[in-house]
Amino acid sequence: MRARDIPFSAWIGIFGIAIAFLAAVFAPLLAPYGETEIVGSVWEPMGGAFFFGTDNLGRDILSRLIYGARTTLFVALAATVISFSLGIFLSFTAAVSRGIIDLTFSRFNDLMMSIPTLIFALVVLAVLPQNLLILILVMAVLDSTRVYRLGRAVALDVAVMEFVEAARLRGEGKMWIIFREILPNTLSPLLAEFGLRFAFAILFLSTLSFLGLGIQPPSADWGGMVKDNKDGIIFGISAALVPGTAIAVIAVCVNLVVDWLLRRTSSLKGGRGDA
Amino acid sequence: MTQSTETGKTSGLRFKERNPLLALILERLGLSAILLLAVSVLIFCGVEALPGDFATTYLGQSATPQAVANIRADLGLDRPLFTRYFDWLGGALQGDFGTSWASRNSVSEQIGNRLGNSLFLAFCAAAISIPLAILLGMVAVHYRNRFADRLINVVSLAAISLPEFFIGYLLILLFAVNLGVATFPATVHEGMSITQRLSAIALPTATLVLIVLAYMMRMTRAAILSVMSSAYMETAELKGVGAFRAIIKHAAPNAIAPIVNVVALNLAYLVVGVVVVEVVFVYPGMGQYMVDAVTVRDMPVVQACGLIFAAVYILLNMLADIIAIVANPRLRHPR
Repeated sequence: MRARDIPFSAWIGIFGIAIAFLAAVFAPLLAPYGETEIVGSVWEPMGGAFFFGTDNLGRDILSRLIYGARTTLFVALAATVISFSLGIFLSFTAAVSRGIIDLTFSRFNDLMMSIPTLIFALVVLAVLPQNLLILILVMAVLDSTRVYRLGRAVALDVAVMEFVEAARLRGEGKMWIIFREILPNTLSPLLAEFGLRFAFAILFLSTLSFLGLGIQPPSADWGGMVKDNKDGIIFGISAALVPGTAIAVIAVCVNLVVDWLLRRTSSLKGGRGDA
Repeated sequence: MTQSTETGKTSGLRFKERNPLLALILERLGLSAILLLAVSVLIFCGVEALPGDFATTYLGQSATPQAVANIRADLGLDRPLFTRYFDWLGGALQGDFGTSWASRNSVSEQIGNRLGNSLFLAFCAAAISIPLAILLGMVAVHYRNRFADRLINVVSLAAISLPEFFIGYLLILLFAVNLGVATFPATVHEGMSITQRLSAIALPTATLVLIVLAYMMRMTRAAILSVMSSAYMETAELKGVGAFRAIIKHAAPNAIAPIVNVVALNLAYLVVGVVVVEVVFVYPGMGQYMVDAVTVRDMPVVQACGLIFAAVYILLNMLADIIAIVANPRLRHPR
């Protein structure tokens, strides 16, 4: 793969993701004001000393946006990585083992998937104490059901190949087959899925924060910032739309990259058309 | 093998052979019932098994052991888990979800008022979005890889990436605040005429339509395209059937099952989308009720809403399965 093979739309996506991650990493250097520092009066308009204006408590929105990138991206990324590790490990184990293990895992997964994710999260978060670790774990476990489904489907395709049988006859263990035979051959579709799940995790986290059940104030995160400033909308103050736009832009960027990865995967399979 | 088991087997098989459709539908109904039961166990017992206790949270700093015990006895939390589960399930089957911990009102009464509101909102959104999505999906396939398709593709990609609340506030700012043609918040109450009601929910409906439309359209497009790349479509193309005629006569009948599946899946998605949209528009429905209950940890309300949302979701998925079986004879005789 060479750089010029990457389509323009994917470059836009990569560029957007890079900016967001740079902002997250270098937040203290880039942000003009502190994360929770009150620097002006309530809901000052855009322009002037404050690029995006100030929020409902008089904090600088641009600074909070930059710090919020940290929280939002970190939590979403952590949840996606955990959900992937969990989902892929369980689904590959099921696909390699077959029989009762496969049946148990798959039926339980069906049960988990029969409750809508948001509803499930609401029910669980109503009981659990609210902190960052639990939030990440809840997001990860709920999301891993989707990963499991895809992982089992792609792994089953590979598990019946001759080279897997050869490895089994050679006497390789289950872990070897999972990590050395199946994983390398399913990486491409899984990579696209990773992007998709990451975009979904950002949206899901923002939704939870917006409902007041995600990241707790005063730390900044994009969904929570929309919640903080939503009352201004009725007075025509667009402060809530700035973090909303940030969420939308990063999700579009991730989706652009995923689109390219998916197209690349399907062309590798030699499929007809662009279905 | 003895004679009796063989006859028992054949009579069951004979019913299946004579009424393959009925047998399959009955099988799906049974499966859904079992699934629903399992979900109720998960929602009730699973939640109970998690750490965290209402009484201690409720009392906070002033939680003496005696006060905690009092509250637990008051709410019936001191009884064994299984007794409580069967009490709860028995009540739920008769439409009684107990009393709310926070307000001490009957949960069923509240839900009775709000469920209708939520379903009305979801129904309006579905009535607009389903025909629109299928039409746009067909247009996108017809102009595949040309400008119209690309445009629809890019717009729907953007719409998928927008969070629900963002679309909602964008519409509020544009139509309610700047143009002043719509109302916010979307309050409905008893005694409103149907036109008043419809105008009150115009913006939430529009938001829901925008959310689901993009998904549904992309999935419709994918479903039709996978049919389009099959061999008989190539034959139709080669024998000179016009493109649109080929889609209507050859592709559409085969694409019905996947499209119906797409529609049902998105209706199920609508059920969830309703939660956020109701909070944005301060609409008195189930979603807002549930979110409020979660913030104060009012478990009877949370469990009741969770069960109802899950039941609607399972029901819609079952409906999709059954319609797919009816639409595609090949699914009736699995080899």
